[in-house]
Amino acid sequence: MKKDIILAGVGGQGILTIATILGDAALKRGWQLKQAEVHGMSQRGGDVQSHLRLSDEPIWSDLITLGKADMILSVEPMEALRYLPYLAPDGWIITNKTPFVNIPNYPEIEAVYRQIESIPNHLLIDADELAKEVKANRAMNIVTLGAAIKHLGFSAEEIEASIRSIFERKGEVIVESNIRALRAGIDFKK
Amino acid sequence: MEKLMLLGDEALAQGALDAGISGFYAYPGTPSTEIVEYVQRSKQAAQMNVHRTWSSNEKTAVESAIGMSFAGKRTMVTMKHVGLNVAADPFMNSALTGANGGIIITVADDPSMHSSQNEQDSRFYGKFAMIPILEPSNQQECYDMAFYGFELSEKYHVPVLLRLTTRLSHSRSGVTRREVLPQKQMRKPDDIFQFMLLPAIARKKYKHHIELQKDFLAESIVSPFNEFNFEGTDYSRGIITTGLAYNYLREVFAGKPIPHPILKVCQYPVPEEIVSNLYDRCDSLLILEEGMPLLEDSIRGFALGTKKPIHGRLDGTIPRDGELNPNKIAVALGLPDTYGKDIPEIVSQRPPALCVGCPHSDSFLALNEAIAEYGRGHVFSDIGCYTLGFMPPYNAINACVDMGASITMAKGAADAGLFPSIAVIGDSTFSHSGLTGLLDCVFDKTNVVIVILDNATTGMTGGQEYTGAGKLEAICEGIGVEKEHIRVFVPLKKNFDEMVRIYKEEIAYNGISVIIPRRECLQTLKRKNKMEVQS
Repeated sequence: MKKDIILAGVGGQGILTIATILGDAALKRGWQLKQAEVHGMSQRGGDVQSHLRLSDEPIWSDLITLGKADMILSVEPMEALRYLPYLAPDGWIITNKTPFVNIPNYPEIEAVYRQIESIPNHLLIDADELAKEVKANRAMNIVTLGAAIKHLGFSAEEIEASIRSIFERKGEVIVESNIRALRAGIDFKK
Repeated sequence: MEKLMLLGDEALAQGALDAGISGFYAYPGTPSTEIVEYVQRSKQAAQMNVHRTWSSNEKTAVESAIGMSFAGKRTMVTMKHVGLNVAADPFMNSALTGANGGIIITVADDPSMHSSQNEQDSRFYGKFAMIPILEPSNQQECYDMAFYGFELSEKYHVPVLLRLTTRLSHSRSGVTRREVLPQKQMRKPDDIFQFMLLPAIARKKYKHHIELQKDFLAESIVSPFNEFNFEGTDYSRGIITTGLAYNYLREVFAGKPIPHPILKVCQYPVPEEIVSNLYDRCDSLLILEEGMPLLEDSIRGFALGTKKPIHGRLDGTIPRDGELNPNKIAVALGLPDTYGKDIPEIVSQRPPALCVGCPHSDSFLALNEAIAEYGRGHVFSDIGCYTLGFMPPYNAINACVDMGASITMAKGAADAGLFPSIAVIGDSTFSHSGLTGLLDCVFDKTNVVIVILDNATTGMTGGQEYTGAGKLEAICEGIGVEKEHIRVFVPLKKNFDEMVRIYKEEIAYNGISVIIPRRECLQTLKRKNKMEVQS
């Protein structure tokens, strides 16, 4: 089994946390992983992406091949579209609905949604709102992750265990709010 | 042994620690910064009392490492590719002094220029200096090559160049550790002439260095990192990869056997004998290398006079610029390419930008106002976050060339008659390479305004300390700038009128002015506040 995931967003939105959690869950299964990150100049309020590759067999390339990604998992809707060249024909696009507008020419949001909806396997989730509802305001990234795990073949228990080990040192309050956010994402129905 | 999930940068750092290093020397630069950052966080490094604070620049870093090697201890210098231009003088000469304690000079290249001004390939520097080069293809090799590199360096008393590229530096994977080696004891060089490059001695040392070339070549031929794989029996084409390219090639075949013979090169000089052997047996060669066509060029040299085709970056089989990926290699092999859907037209560019509330933005807006009457083309800037002052809405700067060039370019332009001639440089960049340029201005009494944006950190690379912090006025005064023309203000919207007035006053002064807008970087401030809340 192999999962190639493009994680997308804007610098500071928490995509590397998603990568760390999924990576931890994969390692707990005894899988291998490679994860290419973006550092440096491109981080300053610009678009960021990470190539996350999980597999029970050896992984060669650090980069995902164009047209072969199983999923684009994005915390920002326009950023999800930026990586369409990577998406496999039967791949999923799962993204938070809330736009991050830090540029003057951000497109009309309905047009962005229409593009996302034109992909057969898509999930648009209001992760910011759901995070607020479960009083985990800063965890919209974890809500988005929650919506994706079923399509990546991970169980809720596996991801919860990884959230616990990763956030443990930040205290029980943070662990619990992230787990609430995860469940809100898992329970999300279109 | 323990398995860790590490970036390529971190794997190399951990490898060097486990191989008994005594000191890292570096100036931050993407994609190399995480090497020393990892060491600075490491408890093991603290216990071993490894040197791990930042140097002023790459030149001082390499020189310090040569000194540590003189004293018999293992040391590593790390930098981004263009940093080696700064350090080229000690780097080239270190090939002749050679090493006492092992020296690894690690240079992280940035093909595709993710965060750089060019995509120069550091292997050419290694070839120029005629020293062994190591080029890991994965995170485990980054770790292992630290051990191997020190051994090689000490065996031949020669510095070793280790070349990383962005995708390896910044990609994470599993790394298995080895047993930790003890650090070396201090031991001065046995040969008192070793580090003495007087011409009469240097000439002998150069002859000796030339003699060593056959040994370096022999090491490449037997290197555990250079693999000759005969699994493929289709000799219509032989494939040679360097560094990361090997992984992309494997990826294209999705783990299935590759029908052609393959040579994986991760140690240089180019193992000529193996390459010739492959070339003799195959009808053509395909060269896959990350970076510029170094290997391809060398092979064209061996193959002079023969007619068999050699494909790679030089004949356009692989695009001449930019980093490799599995798709480019599939196309080069004549295999079907894959592609998802085009990016919809509505998707806008989201270039990096100064943070909202960044002190630099206030400094730029006031500067724009102060020089509006002169039109564009008066501001020379430098390397750092503030290079983003080029972007709208600021459109504030007109040049960015290399570390420290703002001051000296402003000087040259002023010498040619440009008025006003203004340099905008960051505090850390000033500390790296600005001082000597300022001294030139003082020596000539040039009419320039030097703006040193002081945000108390090396911002662009993520907020590292720098050597000149807290000393800017003292440095400028010491260099000879008149005290009354060293002006400091706090770049805040409410101080706009004051800032414009100060800029204008100093532009009007016929001589050297230094203006220091001083307010802490928002990113480091945020981090500090967070840490205070936690503690």
